[in-house]
Amino acid sequence: MAKLVKFKLNGKDVEAPEGQLVIDAAKDQGVEVPHYCYHPGLGNPGVCRLCVCEVAGAPKPQMTCRTAVKEGLDVKTDSPVAKRAQASSLEFHLANHPLDCPVCDQAGECHLQDYYQRFGLYKSTVREDKRHKEKRKDIGTWVMLDQERCIQCTRCTRFVDNVTKTHELAVFGRGDRSVLDLYPGMRLDNPYSGNVVDICPVGALTDKDFRFSVRAWYLDRTPSVCTGCARGCSVEVHTNTKRPWHTGGRRVARLKPRYNPEVNGWWMCDEGRYGYKSADAKTRVKGSSVLGTDGQPAQLTPADAAARVAKELRELCADNGPEGLAFLVSASLTNEDLFALKALMKRLGVPLSNAVLAPGADQLGEEDALLRRKEKVANLSGAAALGFGVTKGPEALKGKVWGAWTVGRAGHGSWIGLPFTLWQGANAVRGSDTARWVLAGAHWTETDGTVVNFSGRVQRLRAAVPPLGESAPAWAWFGSVLRALGGAFPHDDAGSVFAALSAAEPAFAGLKFELPKDGVLLPKGRPEAATA
Amino acid sequence: MNAKHTVAKVRRPEVRFQEQIYLIEVWKGLVITTRHLLVNLYRHLSVALGRGGPAGSVTTQYPDDPQVTAKRSRTRHRLLKREDGTPRCVACMLCETVCPAKCIYIQAEESPDVMVEKRAKTFKIDLGMCVFCGYCVEACPEDAIRMDTQFIAFPGMTRKDLIWDMPELMGDVKKDPKPVKAVDPLGPAAS
Ligand code: SF4
Ligand code: SF4
Ligand code: SF4
Ligand code: SF4
Repeated sequence: MAKLVKFKLNGKDVEAPEGQLVIDAAKDQGVEVPHYCYHPGLGNPGVCRLCVCEVAGAPKPQMTCRTAVKEGLDVKTDSPVAKRAQASSLEFHLANHPLDCPVCDQAGECHLQDYYQRFGLYKSTVREDKRHKEKRKDIGTWVMLDQERCIQCTRCTRFVDNVTKTHELAVFGRGDRSVLDLYPGMRLDNPYSGNVVDICPVGALTDKDFRFSVRAWYLDRTPSVCTGCARGCSVEVHTNTKRPWHTGGRRVARLKPRYNPEVNGWWMCDEGRYGYKSADAKTRVKGSSVLGTDGQPAQLTPADAAARVAKELRELCADNGPEGLAFLVSASLTNEDLFALKALMKRLGVPLSNAVLAPGADQLGEEDALLRRKEKVANLSGAAALGFGVTKGPEALKGKVWGAWTVGRAGHGSWIGLPFTLWQGANAVRGSDTARWVLAGAHWTETDGTVVNFSGRVQRLRAAVPPLGESAPAWAWFGSVLRALGGAFPHDDAGSVFAALSAAEPAFAGLKFELPKDGVLLPKGRPEAATA
Repeated sequence: MNAKHTVAKVRRPEVRFQEQIYLIEVWKGLVITTRHLLVNLYRHLSVALGRGGPAGSVTTQYPDDPQVTAKRSRTRHRLLKREDGTPRCVACMLCETVCPAKCIYIQAEESPDVMVEKRAKTFKIDLGMCVFCGYCVEACPEDAIRMDTQFIAFPGMTRKDLIWDMPELMGDVKKDPKPVKAVDPLGPAAS
């Protein structure tokens, strides 16, 4: 830590570490200085000139994103000189800006709009015609470019140069003729391309997936965690429930990364970002059912389903022994789900080694040095910390079991013909319709709970929307079957399950359900088995 | 987190004994009718005899006689067109946002014209819910929506008839005021 020095900010004596950027030091004091090009994750080239402020002793206004704090510095961010300099800078940015706000997806979350209201409010002196450039340029799988709206802050080019190192974008030309464009022959299709939409302070880069669906001001925002891989990026789930016609009835409208210095920084991958669609997909299982003798599924109420599954399990366990029941579980289940599963297995007398959590072939994918992990499940470490084996596949159990209870994973088809087959999950997958029993599971965007990422950090998932139809989180299903078997499961929300979990499981001892927003490390560190 | 919507319970007045026995309420109604009759009789007579005073009320024979409304009254909406006949609306949703009755329903789509960029795929107004405040007209940045004056004849037989779609709002499909047939209270002539 650099040593603290005293300096003056708007006439007030404040302290900040020596060498910190004045713009950051001001932010720490609650003083916002307008800026476009500076982004803490992308550096401070000082090209937008919007953060100019008055610095005593300097002949001209200085850029606070290029000025370091030192002893005795005297900065004024709101003096008449500073304000005029900022407003003039903004006017320069808007000189050729089309002001398409009615058709621009950024409206409502646009830094140009916001800064004009807060720091601009000048009368425009520009009388010349605006320069026209290419609009609606399809530059990649997920991104649409409007060159007219671009203010050349170079955030996106620095992102593809320094973060993904894929170098697709650059600013070409000079002066008012400079345009943002792709390098010839390239397309913006790297696995993190969606991030350029988030960092673009204006509506130059918009998301093709989200384009024109919902206005930003209609969205509700819920902090949660992406369950797309073992990284567990902090995300915000943006939902549109008050005006469903805008998204054709889809409740989850988009995901945005949420800043978490310990996990994902400012970014998230495209796979995770667009993975939200399963929440409202046609494949959602909305009700529970049992296959009749005629091979047709008959609908069951949740209470009925739990009672009948419990009855059947009790009989089969009594006849064939509980060691013959296998649980094939997706390691994306929350700790609460797994804790309830453990209680259910204990009640039935099924050994813990009968639970298979190792990612199946469809749950493994690409990995890179930036964020993505090859295990496409969110809670492998949590499962290991709760004492489940997470490396053994289902092969060892083949031929030795009379029943298979599958939760949220594919491959159920290979168990056809067993006396007991149950598939539980949110989205139907290959083989799920071959099970005799189907229990409707809640999607992760509908789930409250905790997951542990690959480095042992516990984070909170929060339900952004209620479970669809009669679907319920996995812990609720395990709990109601457990209760139907005569066991005790006195919980009706995930928080209560977590309280019991942290009291019973040494790996989670002392943790509270209301975790800090960046999450916390497991008190005893990452479990060894999860690294394998 | 989503705002939890609470539904306010409206307490309906309970039917008291006095109302249940009917006769007292009928009597009260007759008193009101008689009071109106006498007051109007007095006012009409007073004007006819040249003594002035407030004019008595007159029943308009609507729809046989036209309804008279103020010149600047706000009535049905109209979506305006560009010179090439396409709607001016760019589906910015500002009218939908400002509407206090929440009776505008828009879905947006990509416009084939790159200079327009965005347009409405569907644009519906539920005139049965509209409070005719005119905020939508004020909010529109494209001057795409206006309201006619003095046009109040858009009855419908169901609530759905009052939801107008784009062609009707643009005037491409006429929502003809269905003439309300004068109904003989004695039923079809029994002659
Ligand atoms: S970027 Fe879009 S919302 Fe922002 S000022 Fe420009 S046109 Fe308006
Ligand atoms: S890296 Fe993993 S956790 Fe992060 S967004 Fe992508 S899939 Fe989700
Ligand atoms: S007149 Fe008022 S209530 Fe009617 S549609 Fe327009 S904004 Fe809504
Ligand atoms: S405010 Fe005007 S342009 Fe915007 S959606 Fe309404 S009618 Fe269309």
